[in-house]
Amino acid sequence: METTNQINKTKVIKPPVTQVGVIGWIRTNFFKGWFNSLLTIITIYFLWIIVPPLIRWVFIDSLWVSTGAECHQTDGACWSIIPANIRFIIFGFFPYDQQWRPLLAMVLLIGLLFYSRNRNHWKKSLLYAWLIGLFVMGLLMKGGLFGLSSVESTQWGGLPLTLMLSVFGLTAAYPLGVVMALGRRSKMPIVKTLCILYIELIRGVPLISLLFMSSVVFPLFLPEGVTINNILRAQVAIILFTAAYIAEVVRGGLQAIPRGQYEAADSIGLSYYLTMRLVILPQALKIVIPPSVQQLISAFKDTSLVVIIALFDVLRTTQTVLSDPKWMGFSAEAYIFVALIYFLCCFFMSNYSRRLERELETGL
Amino acid sequence: MATQKSAKTESSLAKDAIIEILEMHKWFGDFHVLQDINLTVKKQERIVICGPSGSGKSTLIRCINRLEEHQRGKIIVDGIELTNDLKNIEKIRAEVGMVFQHFNLFPHLTIVENLTLGPIWVRKVPKKEAEEIAMHNLERVHIAEQAQKYPGQLSGGQQQRVAIARSLCMSPKVMLFDEPTSALDPEMIKEVLDAMIELAQEGMTMIVVSHEMGFAKSVAHRVLFMDYGQIVEGNTPEEFFENPKHERTKLFLSQILH
Repeated sequence: METTNQINKTKVIKPPVTQVGVIGWIRTNFFKGWFNSLLTIITIYFLWIIVPPLIRWVFIDSLWVSTGAECHQTDGACWSIIPANIRFIIFGFFPYDQQWRPLLAMVLLIGLLFYSRNRNHWKKSLLYAWLIGLFVMGLLMKGGLFGLSSVESTQWGGLPLTLMLSVFGLTAAYPLGVVMALGRRSKMPIVKTLCILYIELIRGVPLISLLFMSSVVFPLFLPEGVTINNILRAQVAIILFTAAYIAEVVRGGLQAIPRGQYEAADSIGLSYYLTMRLVILPQALKIVIPPSVQQLISAFKDTSLVVIIALFDVLRTTQTVLSDPKWMGFSAEAYIFVALIYFLCCFFMSNYSRRLERELETGL
Repeated sequence: MATQKSAKTESSLAKDAIIEILEMHKWFGDFHVLQDINLTVKKQERIVICGPSGSGKSTLIRCINRLEEHQRGKIIVDGIELTNDLKNIEKIRAEVGMVFQHFNLFPHLTIVENLTLGPIWVRKVPKKEAEEIAMHNLERVHIAEQAQKYPGQLSGGQQQRVAIARSLCMSPKVMLFDEPTSALDPEMIKEVLDAMIELAQEGMTMIVVSHEMGFAKSVAHRVLFMDYGQIVEGNTPEEFFENPKHERTKLFLSQILH
């Protein structure tokens, strides 16, 4: 190091002006060769055609607060469909005067999620906070205690339902997937076979068929008079489905850990459980952060499939609004709004995963 | 229980023996990798094992802490016979330190966390005390100033010294070294050997698989030569290097001592 520095000091030669700075950046990124330049010009042309009308539709000719009838008069976007129907889109059939309850539950959930982002907060107290938080959320949704009126789960819907299905689906599926991955690599033949069977069977069917089975086939096996909540069954189907995929992702991570790590852990006398918990899983799970988050994002979006078993998630409530004659024809605006909600959640996840990766980097 | 008792009585035959290997055989599939191994290691004894690659020397010491399973014969460590009993195996592993060719430090933990893992979780030492033990052992291998770094930030020689310190934190009765310097750049071999020599001077029982003949001459009580899964001969370093008895030993020595 020392010597190279000295060499540089004796004679400083700067690179050509056209290679550095703004000019250099534009040259290398937009006009490197004739083909590259051609692409740049074509792109600019298309942007010129598309962007101005789009801006006019979104911002200039658009209506933000109006009735459906007024919207039909204009060429721009009818964003009014959102504020006019926001409470139904977000809360579905939850009793109108009680909708502060799911709102509060969501605020609580999102607050807890944000607080849990920081790894310094991962202490025992956080676990208790979650347990209390879950209880309060359940109470807010279900009611029937402390003077809150009881709300049947058949009336739950909209965004709280989507968040519930995905947050609990993903947090339960992840540990289950890890256990399945460990089981699949187990030396015990029965455990191993069961895990392989589980993973391959679940992966071999689409989520839709699992949801149908949970809502149509499964009740046939229950004794007469016993019913299990439809939402709970959908939740279980989502957990089982996601866990099988997570298991394979985690298995990939486990295989990337060199044998020496197991041997080193063995040689200081750590048991299997401690070896996995302290040495192998922390490394394996770190390796598989990108594919796991990919899996979680995809599972989050898949929760919208619960519409097929008549649950009103946020996508279904939006469609319901669109079937109202007053607002018919503004599906683009409504879907853009829902897409935005999905995008925000997914972006949050992928952003957080990149942050985790950075924090866990140890110069391996 | 019965096996443990019989093991106890047998080990008392050879007084102050810490490791006894009796008529031990091991196969990898059909390949007879260890053939009729008999070896007694006394407390504070230092043994260097050498031999051509594939001769079974690494496998032999890996059998001592059950990283490999033997199929016939007996291995008794500190009065406990190695069987399939997991509790016994974990007990023995906690007593027997091992240093690997490729260090095998835990890359996701800092140096000091690498060292405290065993004491805290296996020995149930309080965290604070474990950290004191860790710092003490890092000082023993002259690397205390790196305690808060991650393994990936250290050189190979430093990593291997950390690996030695990690084993020492369990206060082992025996230390096994599996070619500790063969993955190192030449300029780093000395610092690791120095740490091992200091350890030897403190009276640690050591079994070292190595081709560092200088180390063997200055530190070992006995040098063993292995070939084709057998211990061909074993002797004091002086005798071993001056008067090797077997042809195979002579050939091997002529190849590595030019």
